[in-house]
Amino acid sequence: MKKFLMFTTVAVAGAIGWATLSFAQTPTPQLKVFPVRRNVYVLSGAGGNITLSVGPDGILMVDTGLANMSDKVIAAVNDLAETVATKGLSGENVAPPHPIRFIINTHVHPDHIGGNAKLALSGKTFTGGNVSRNLNEGAQIYAHENVLNAMAAMKPPAPFEAQPTDTYHTEYMNLSHFFNGEGVQIFFMPAAHTDGDSMVFFRGSDVLATGDIFTPGRYPIVDLAHGGSINGLIEALNRILEIAVPEFRLEGGTYIVPGHGRVTDSADVAYYRDMTTIIRDRIQDAIKRGLTLDQIKAAKLTMDYDGIYGATSGIWTTDQFIEAVYKSLTQKN
Amino acid sequence: MTRSKRAGFAALGLALIAVPAIAQVDFSGEWAPRFYEDQMERVPGPELGDYLGMPINPAARMRADTWSASMMTLPEWQCRPHSADYIWRGPSNLRISKEVDPVTREVTAFHAEWLRSVDRAIYLDGRPHPPAEAPYTWAGFTTAKWDGDVLTTTVTHLKEGYMRRNGVARSEKATLAEHWIRHGNWLTVMTVVTDPVYLTEPFVRTTDYELDLHQQIPPYPCEVVREIERGKGTVPTILPGKNPFLNEFADRYGVPFEATRGGAETMYPEYRKKMKGVIGKRPPQVGGGA
Repeated sequence: MKKFLMFTTVAVAGAIGWATLSFAQTPTPQLKVFPVRRNVYVLSGAGGNITLSVGPDGILMVDTGLANMSDKVIAAVNDLAETVATKGLSGENVAPPHPIRFIINTHVHPDHIGGNAKLALSGKTFTGGNVSRNLNEGAQIYAHENVLNAMAAMKPPAPFEAQPTDTYHTEYMNLSHFFNGEGVQIFFMPAAHTDGDSMVFFRGSDVLATGDIFTPGRYPIVDLAHGGSINGLIEALNRILEIAVPEFRLEGGTYIVPGHGRVTDSADVAYYRDMTTIIRDRIQDAIKRGLTLDQIKAAKLTMDYDGIYGATSGIWTTDQFIEAVYKSLTQKN
Repeated sequence: MTRSKRAGFAALGLALIAVPAIAQVDFSGEWAPRFYEDQMERVPGPELGDYLGMPINPAARMRADTWSASMMTLPEWQCRPHSADYIWRGPSNLRISKEVDPVTREVTAFHAEWLRSVDRAIYLDGRPHPPAEAPYTWAGFTTAKWDGDVLTTTVTHLKEGYMRRNGVARSEKATLAEHWIRHGNWLTVMTVVTDPVYLTEPFVRTTDYELDLHQQIPPYPCEVVREIERGKGTVPTILPGKNPFLNEFADRYGVPFEATRGGAETMYPEYRKKMKGVIGKRPPQVGGGA
């Protein structure tokens, strides 16, 4: 059945799966697909944003959403692939779309890797020559090696089929060849949101998927337990601004798909970088003046930004953010 | 049909052809700004710490108090244009063109451009606003409807901007409504900003333009350069409670300091009575007392 999925919604429900951590978020009730540019789309509503490259080479996914959303995500991705393959036309004489072939994890949180197992198994790796993967094992999963280490260290460990099949430990990694007509680069952002953050750059489409380094509409989560730091996060935001090029009057151009929230551009990142840096500087100054964490919270140093980014309940409150920044700036090493 | 009836129908037909569609005014043309309102704020620029007449809340006040003008030297902001809600206030000429459907000959959109602006489209063709996932822009996304001879717009998807060029921010959660009114060669635009983050009441302003058939809008290319050598990742700011310039406006013009801090109350005439005899007493700045 061909179903045009743009802006349509799919009702979803269910419980959080195997990889529930403190950062797992309540599932949102709808899946939405939004076209970004050329072959690139963003699927939202399954946990973290899922960025998709869909075209003649098959499907590449950046992140896989929450585990309990996997079936809905598979259905949505297949619908989108069919729509792209047929260009919305009906008929029997159209080649079926190729499957999910690559998954890239931006970091280890369950709202971004939860669907790894099911999504990977629904895909395929084409083997032959010097590619030795078993056909039955599904799509390949790429991530920084710290993601694999963290998944292996989970109690219980993440299922084998959910773990990355290929990791990298250098500053960046490129897909060996063009995928859907463009190069795909993976950049490592050390000690930012976590210690295993990757950003994925679709060079031809000029779209950058950032994972949770950038989450417009809420203060950045600095996951100290997983090796994140406020200074690394700010460096990563500045790195986004080095990669992105605006089209005109500082807007448009490189589109940036954040870990959560709407499609953005470099100006949106600049506002976010400014806010994060300014609050870091205020808390750093307060620490220098000898204020305790409680005194810093009482000083309302984030009041001017709370209406945009703050929260008093949910998975990441303003108090949690202030505490994370404080600890990040005061912890040894 | 008699000759007289034919003539009657012909006259009616000519009348229908000659008269534009009801409640539609042509805004297209070249317009020059007239600074009968707020000239000092709009052309030389506002004073630091002048929030008079703005219905801002404490969060907006803190944001403005900690704003450093050096922010504008960052590469990310050097070529930033005014947003749709502020650009009417700039000292720039305005060109409005119209888009016409070749089949129906209906005006389907107006396009407004200023010296250093993006194309601002105002859609009259009934299209919906984009979904929440769509990008936000300086111009926002504008639809409009006729209210008699007044064109009333609804603007969403606005990137963050400013309500006054001294650090008073307008959030991206804000929406804008406008009323375009033409009286002959005069154009008056009333803007109404509603911002749940920084305003306690809608912020209303009017701006006038006069038709000017001889004007041209020159090109305005903008190139980003390194204006100041500073450490990587530095963002200019003033720490809460440390801004030494906030009293300058009050001192220079003899305005009670309390009044310069703004707030909805300062918009209304009754506020002057309250200020009678008040000597400026500076309240503590938020965040600086701990």
